[in-house]
Amino acid sequence: MDFDLSEEQSILKDSLDRLLADKYGFEDRNRHARTPEGWSADMWRHFAEMGLMALPFAEEDGGIGGGPVETMIVMESLGKALALEPYFATTVLGGGFLRLGGSPQQKAELVPQVAEGAAKLAFAHQERHARFDLAHVETSASRDGDCYVLNGAKSVVLHGDCADKIFVTARLSGGPTDEAGVGVFLVDAKAEGVTRRGYPTQDGLRAAEITLDSVRVNADAVFGPPGEGMSLVRAVVGQAIAALCAEAVGVMSAMHALTLDYMKVRKQFGLPIGSFQALQHKAVDMYVALEQARSITMFATMMADSPDADARARAMHAAKAEIGRAGRLVGENAIQIHGGVGMTMEYAVGHYFKRMTMIDIAFGNGDHHLRALARAGGLFDEKAA
Amino acid sequence: MDLRFTDDEIAFREEVRTFFRENLPDDIRKKLVDGEHMDKDDLVRWSRILNEKGWAVPHWPVEYGGTGWDPMRQYIYLEESQKFPAPQPLAFGVNMVGPVIYTFGNEEQKKRFLPRIANLDDWWCQGFSEPGAGSDLASLKTRAVRDGDHYIVNGQKTWTTLAQYADWIFCLVRTDPEAKKQEGISFLLIDMKTPGIEVRPIVTIDGGREINEVFLTDVKVPVENLVGQENKGWDYAKFLLGNERTNIARIGVSKQRVARIRELAAKEMSGGRPLIEDERFREKLASIEIDLKALELTQLRVVAADAKRGNTGRPDPASSILKIKGSEIQQATTHLLMEVMGPYALPYRGQSAEGWNEPPDGPDYAAFAAPGYFNNRKVSIYGGSNEIQKNIIAKAVLGL
Repeated sequence: MDFDLSEEQSILKDSLDRLLADKYGFEDRNRHARTPEGWSADMWRHFAEMGLMALPFAEEDGGIGGGPVETMIVMESLGKALALEPYFATTVLGGGFLRLGGSPQQKAELVPQVAEGAAKLAFAHQERHARFDLAHVETSASRDGDCYVLNGAKSVVLHGDCADKIFVTARLSGGPTDEAGVGVFLVDAKAEGVTRRGYPTQDGLRAAEITLDSVRVNADAVFGPPGEGMSLVRAVVGQAIAALCAEAVGVMSAMHALTLDYMKVRKQFGLPIGSFQALQHKAVDMYVALEQARSITMFATMMADSPDADARARAMHAAKAEIGRAGRLVGENAIQIHGGVGMTMEYAVGHYFKRMTMIDIAFGNGDHHLRALARAGGLFDEKAA
Repeated sequence: MDLRFTDDEIAFREEVRTFFRENLPDDIRKKLVDGEHMDKDDLVRWSRILNEKGWAVPHWPVEYGGTGWDPMRQYIYLEESQKFPAPQPLAFGVNMVGPVIYTFGNEEQKKRFLPRIANLDDWWCQGFSEPGAGSDLASLKTRAVRDGDHYIVNGQKTWTTLAQYADWIFCLVRTDPEAKKQEGISFLLIDMKTPGIEVRPIVTIDGGREINEVFLTDVKVPVENLVGQENKGWDYAKFLLGNERTNIARIGVSKQRVARIRELAAKEMSGGRPLIEDERFREKLASIEIDLKALELTQLRVVAADAKRGNTGRPDPASSILKIKGSEIQQATTHLLMEVMGPYALPYRGQSAEGWNEPPDGPDYAAFAAPGYFNNRKVSIYGGSNEIQKNIIAKAVLGL
């Protein structure tokens, strides 16, 4: 068992951290957030030049051949910097469908575009009444000759406003929450019948409401077996959860570091507030939660590409639930210890807190995953152990 | 980063399991599964079996009887022994005074005491806490005055676990009352048969008789029983408490208890269905499992860091996390196990010196559930309370 990064992984981490430290300070970040796009095309270019977008794809497909550990490294660093760019939507979500569901032709066409930063991807899945039920898909797909025709509406599609290509789930058969009958389709964002309305989310990122009105796609736009798309969706979302956990660790570690710095300089009653035991113990509670979150994220990362779908699902339920409660504890205490300044828009800690809160909600909050894990039989039953 | 165990480590785990399966007496294992207290004889029997195998003191240097296992193997062994479950060796000997003796003691002391600790020929207890010295241990008052070839010791120790069985006690005593409080303390080994020692039991809230008061009145201790240098005892005590923390997460114990909860919750009925099917109940269990999984990884991170750094004798201060979370999880599991029993957690089963007075009411596994919960409140108190652990982290890790 080895918890250390390899030499290549350390270089990746160091060079990304250096890039972000140089070019992605809190003020830079706020400036990018205020642009119409809500993120920086310059940074996107830098990421592409560093190979970040090529990282998770196999070398034979035009990638660099990184795995879940490399994604963990990148996401943690992006979390520390509160990065706004559509990295997660493009390489983890969209890239996940390409990696796990793409045919050789589909990969050959799209991976090089993603790798060089030319194509941005998104995953349009959430629907109005689905809440956290992944299998709830009412958007319909019907066969028409060589084409499929998609109709429906998708909500809160992360970076759906800027994506060039969008992976859309739609139902070919069955009732609205059936596991079977769902297909995954790659839709061009400019295709006829696609309407997008972009907006900022609470954490300063961007999302979109997307409607599909008789959108026609070719049969070769289907990813994975048509009608059996849910297993692909679950595999991709599993990897996405591991990546979000890593981002959360970056966000939490930044909040903890900011809080410790503040405790050492802020004086009240003639003393640094860090000398007060009540606050020290809160800071320790945050530290314990952060390290536990880091540990469970390593577990999730290890399980992210497990071929055992049941074990992988349990690991992701466990990780997302732990991240949810750790994130809330770290975030709420960070604000509390900062006092009034933690409440202000101009100070960084509140922005980390908001991103952390949104991460908890994305792909099911902590309670949802705790219930799902309990229903699956827990982490340590005979089957899982 | 590769979080898989190696093939060698997996084979080693199997070897350990096989040994426990073939060598641990069934009556001892049953007591552990039920949460019943073990007798002195149970632990002596098991310690001798382990010593015969060469596994009594795995973490000691090989020259004193250790196995030479790397930290990962030591961890695997520890976890398997807790999960099986097998009795844990008497910590006061093998984890506490043993390492102090081989690290700071003289050759004579090593030869005299270490083999007898490994074979549990000598039962050791710990004379640290006093009525006025708990979390503020360095304020201890038990006095040792040099008189020729002896120290004359006067004072009172308390919370002394299993002193009723003990042949020896290792004590922190004040040898220089003028010095700063940490600098006037010495580490003495005292034969419990010495005149002037009186042991009085303290009954704990679970009805158990684990702990005692130990009164020392004009106890004559030969000077050769001083460990290391006079007035340096605080350093040895810190070393000892640090060693204690590395084993304190008790991952295997909690895993075994989680498995027990799952097993018994499938037998107990609630609303006409097995309790394990109750949504609220199984969410509580899953919630504990998640914490436990994260702590297991945290423990393995500490173990891997230890292995890399080599044995410095100083644990990573981050290992205070293990104490805090480990004790919280042990307490959560003992509470949930009690909850499984429903109303059958209520009947109290009296204990005399000879054992249990009467058969239990209700299922036989229910009798020790509530006492187990009550007893485990101790785990966030002993070995440096969780609040003291937080003070340590705040200072040593967070720099506050």
